[in-house]
Amino acid sequence: MYKVLKATFITIWSLFVLFPIMWAITTSFKPESAVVNGATFIPFLEFQPSLIGWKAILPGPDSITNLITPTLNSFIVTAGATAISLIFGSLAAYGLSRFTYGWKNYSNADIIFFFVSQRIMPPVVLAIPFFLLLKELKLLDTHLGLILVLTSGLMPIVVWLMVDFFNALPREIDEMAMLEGCNPIQAFFRTILPLSKPGLTVAGMFCVIFGWNDVFFALTLTATKVLTLPVAVIALNGTVTPYWILAASTVFSIIPLVGLAFVIERFLSRGNLGGAVR
Amino acid sequence: MEQFDERYQVSLILKNVSVTTEKDGVILDDISFEFKPGRIYILIGRTTSGKTSLMRAIAGLLPIDSGEITMNGVDFDEKPIWERDVAVVYQQFINYPNKTVLQNVEFPLLRKGLKKTEAREVALASINKVGLSDYLDRKPSQLSGGQQQRVALARSLSRKSHIMLLDEPLMNLDYKLREQLRVEFKEIFNSQKDAVTIYATTEPPEALILGAEILVMHEGRIVQYGSPTEVYEQPQSTTVARVISDPPMSILPVSLAAGEIRFSDGYSQPIPAKMKNFKEGRYEVGIRANDIVSAKSGGEKGTISLVEVSGSETLVYVDTPAGEVVLQMEGIHDVKVGESISVELPSNRLFLFETNGALCVSPDGAGE
Repeated sequence: MYKVLKATFITIWSLFVLFPIMWAITTSFKPESAVVNGATFIPFLEFQPSLIGWKAILPGPDSITNLITPTLNSFIVTAGATAISLIFGSLAAYGLSRFTYGWKNYSNADIIFFFVSQRIMPPVVLAIPFFLLLKELKLLDTHLGLILVLTSGLMPIVVWLMVDFFNALPREIDEMAMLEGCNPIQAFFRTILPLSKPGLTVAGMFCVIFGWNDVFFALTLTATKVLTLPVAVIALNGTVTPYWILAASTVFSIIPLVGLAFVIERFLSRGNLGGAVR
Repeated sequence: MEQFDERYQVSLILKNVSVTTEKDGVILDDISFEFKPGRIYILIGRTTSGKTSLMRAIAGLLPIDSGEITMNGVDFDEKPIWERDVAVVYQQFINYPNKTVLQNVEFPLLRKGLKKTEAREVALASINKVGLSDYLDRKPSQLSGGQQQRVALARSLSRKSHIMLLDEPLMNLDYKLREQLRVEFKEIFNSQKDAVTIYATTEPPEALILGAEILVMHEGRIVQYGSPTEVYEQPQSTTVARVISDPPMSILPVSLAAGEIRFSDGYSQPIPAKMKNFKEGRYEVGIRANDIVSAKSGGEKGTISLVEVSGSETLVYVDTPAGEVVLQMEGIHDVKVGESISVELPSNRLFLFETNGALCVSPDGAGE
């Protein structure tokens, strides 16, 4: 009985979640007639799939827009912000997990809260300061500028996640590494970091998702020369664009994330902790 | 004494080492001791007596508040953990989970600056010694608990460190493996002529079997130091007697008066020759479980509160009006909880302690 309920609930929920995505995917393959004459769902039966939408966004004679450059920009910006956030964030988290810092009544927990508090402020509040800052630094409309701005939002997540992760790793491992001739930095890179792949993967995934999907900062700070994919997709929306082309462009923009999710799911399920301390 | 290489004439000296933490109060209380190379020292004490803290202080994992630790004249205060060259085996088996058995053992050797081929050779020899040659490419998680501990041992032993600290290394192992490793330890330690080996344990039999010098720790202090026989036969205080006796020593309050030892419930027995010189007053007597005899008649009467049967002997805990005594009977006896029993405490087997715990007379030693 419980199993049936559970299965039913999961099925309904999955349909609920997947429907918009399915809707977008089918729409991206619909010809004009299948869109404007009422709702159609099942390909081949209710409508004849066509590549008209995809031809419009991919390079070729029928292309109406260039999504390849924005994709590359998104790749660069996301990868850059993720890399910086992971490297410095995990180092900061390791320090906060293993050592005690303090000034008067403030200690590690307050520092961690300070990091997390960076996420409390709504981005709107930061838009103008960031704009002025980047303008002064001559980083407006550059990859680096957007990378730095995104990093300021992503690194807190990394620190927050990784502090918990490092706390869960037995201290005895780094103690042992130090006893065996590693200084703290070497202990981190040689023994702790290799054990942190699952944590880094999760943190990295968050960074990639937030970075890739960021519209606000990309729109306000770098919307002309360094156009990112979400901004480009939204720009399509602004002009009078047929639904099938819009659908194709949105589906196109989520493909990298979906692919990444599958790869990571494989990796995470292999779980490689254990046997450190019993 | 054998002739050693000068470089290895290491002596580890602790001077007035104290550690106090906010959470646990005084952990180490003014410890001074000189550990000489080529010797094995057994630290014995209850779980919170400071054994582990002392080792952590030597290794550098626990910062000391005052005092100094020097090795070969070099102040350890100036040496960070990673330069101290201290090998540690914890009671929990610590291995690098992401490395194979071979890589685990090689790691410290490579850190020490050995060449790859050399490190491999030493690691293989060391793994062979602990009998894990067939598991070179396994990850620690694929090994049993005993095997994991042996990997940890191989890792520490292969380093040939000048200081070897073993913190209850047999604690989490099964009985058979303990027996086997104890014997191996003896060989391994004795072959390390240039190292200070410190071995912590809570179990008296283990301490006595290894046949090394014994340091008894209690509440952050070293309360007695000596050979196993010295410590066993002449525990300098009731604390030491309790720590070093397994099964536990029964300790009862008595008074000496008019040529008699009077127990608190009025039962008395004649004073033995050794105790004749002590002035009358309050004392405590101690007696080992195997010295207590169950008597048909006479003796101290009590009720049995607990019976433990081990392979070849029976431990009987008896509640008497004078206090609880523990009696060890050879063989397996059919005694039941709640039965009454008479026990005799042979006068010539009694330890006499001052009320503050200091030893006055021991049955096997010369006494004071």
